[in-house]
Amino acid sequence: MAKRILHGEGMLTEAGRAEWESRNTRASALAASPYKKDFPLLSRNPDLAFLDSAATAQRPKAVLEAQKRFYEKMNANALRGLYRLSVDATEAINAARGHVARFIGLDERDDRRDIVFCRNTSEALNLVAHSLAPTVLGPGDEVCITVMEHHSNLIPWQQACRAAGATLVYLYPDGNGVIGEDEMRAKIGPRTKIVSAVHVSNVLGVANDVKLMAHIAHENGAVMVVDAAQSVPHFPVDVSDLGCDFLAFSGHKVFGPMGVGVLWGRHELLDAMPPFLTGGEMIESVTEQDATWAPVPEKFEAGTQDAAGIYALDAALTYVEEVGFDAMQAREQALVAQCMRRLSGLDFVRIIGPDDPAAHHGVVSFNVCGIHPHDVASILDMDNVAIRAGHHCAQPLLAHLGIDSCCRASFAFYNDSGDIDRLIEGLEHVWSMFHG
Amino acid sequence: MASGNVYTAALMEHNAHPDYKYELTDFTHEHEGVNPSCGDELVLRLRLSADSATIEEVAFTGSGCAVSQASADIMAELITGETVDEARRLGDLFIRMIQGDELSPDERDDLDEAYELESISRMPARVKCAELAWRTLAAMI
Repeated sequence: MAKRILHGEGMLTEAGRAEWESRNTRASALAASPYKKDFPLLSRNPDLAFLDSAATAQRPKAVLEAQKRFYEKMNANALRGLYRLSVDATEAINAARGHVARFIGLDERDDRRDIVFCRNTSEALNLVAHSLAPTVLGPGDEVCITVMEHHSNLIPWQQACRAAGATLVYLYPDGNGVIGEDEMRAKIGPRTKIVSAVHVSNVLGVANDVKLMAHIAHENGAVMVVDAAQSVPHFPVDVSDLGCDFLAFSGHKVFGPMGVGVLWGRHELLDAMPPFLTGGEMIESVTEQDATWAPVPEKFEAGTQDAAGIYALDAALTYVEEVGFDAMQAREQALVAQCMRRLSGLDFVRIIGPDDPAAHHGVVSFNVCGIHPHDVASILDMDNVAIRAGHHCAQPLLAHLGIDSCCRASFAFYNDSGDIDRLIEGLEHVWSMFHG
Repeated sequence: MASGNVYTAALMEHNAHPDYKYELTDFTHEHEGVNPSCGDELVLRLRLSADSATIEEVAFTGSGCAVSQASADIMAELITGETVDEARRLGDLFIRMIQGDELSPDERDDLDEAYELESISRMPARVKCAELAWRTLAAMI
């Protein structure tokens, strides 16, 4: 079954090809991105084809300026200070908290206390694994994840299971990259205490039905955690619709700064969980031998937060709202469709993942026959094409697919067909260097 | 912004036609090197002289990227016929170069064709590829 995912070429149906062709007629709109001018790094490097946004996105000027504005006009340590600047910094963090809540489908005022700022998705998932798992996991219990997980939603659960004597159980996709209801019901049962799943795979690009997974998890009394690092940058994510209990994402993949991540959790769960990191800002009171905790979210935010980063994340979300997910998705899908069509015209390239470009969420993984992905990426770099190559922090998925590594071109709405031209020319160059 | 070309004609030639990639049967030393993150695998075999002072024959098998394969072939060519002490010195030189140390003109000459891989020292993600054969050698002698 993994084979089909690996060798998508030739599997395209007539309807699929018609859809590609129709998308391609719209491709002229992709000729030159109107958005690159918003991104200083991209406008300064007009010859660069940046096709690695799934690793980290570029940041628009609005985000860089917000970061600078914080340090120039609002810089003080939030929460503690009793003077105006510190109050400004605190208000900036709280406003950002509210904005994040609204961005993921929650109430800006009532639910912002359940937005915990951390460094990134990895830290957010570690927080849940360290603070929640010991309170619900025991010997013989199970944690259920998918084989598509990024290592950041895999190793924390390996460690948690090892500590508790619990078992880590995997959900596997079918040949189209879909984890179906049968597979979920076969693996999620009465022993399952936690289900944690990646929303969008960083290798295959497919979106998992985490809403159904959450439903089945809850039927079995388990907690549902969603790694939304690759979904939040691409389409609207509404936690009340998904019905999950925790959701994590990184600011830097959604055009915000590096170093700020978000964990949302159901209030009663966050409230009952012990702290993760301890120290300043997260306490209520401290004696020589004991301490009590501040309420959520401060309980989980030990030490000085990256307030400027949080303020800049707020600006990033505003930028995304201004561009609009409709426009972003339309561009990304058209770019992916065009990229897949052009790659399928190279007989030495094998696309990995589903046939339907709309199922890729900006990610096109592939291999070049007989040429190691690291060589492909290094040679593409000589032509100023930036892609990722390797195991993509998803070694169990690649083992499941029967490969050691692969190449990945990933798109954001700011890319254009010129970037795809460079990729295709670059791949022809790669091939000719080895077979010229 | 792009890095320099490490895919020189010499490197591509060593990758496409490695003279030292074969199964050496009458070896005295054998060691396996792996880069788990890239899937590069290499088995290096040596035949030392009866007094264990000289490397008489070197060969490798395995699979990996062009950089790891060519680097192995270049290394095998360089150390064939050398004393174990000299091979060790050359290996240290190569690792130093790949880690970013500036080599003296004499040291560059000593590395001969292996010096062509110098620019990999500025490609952190590829350092492990270039080093694989040399680290495997270091673990053997």
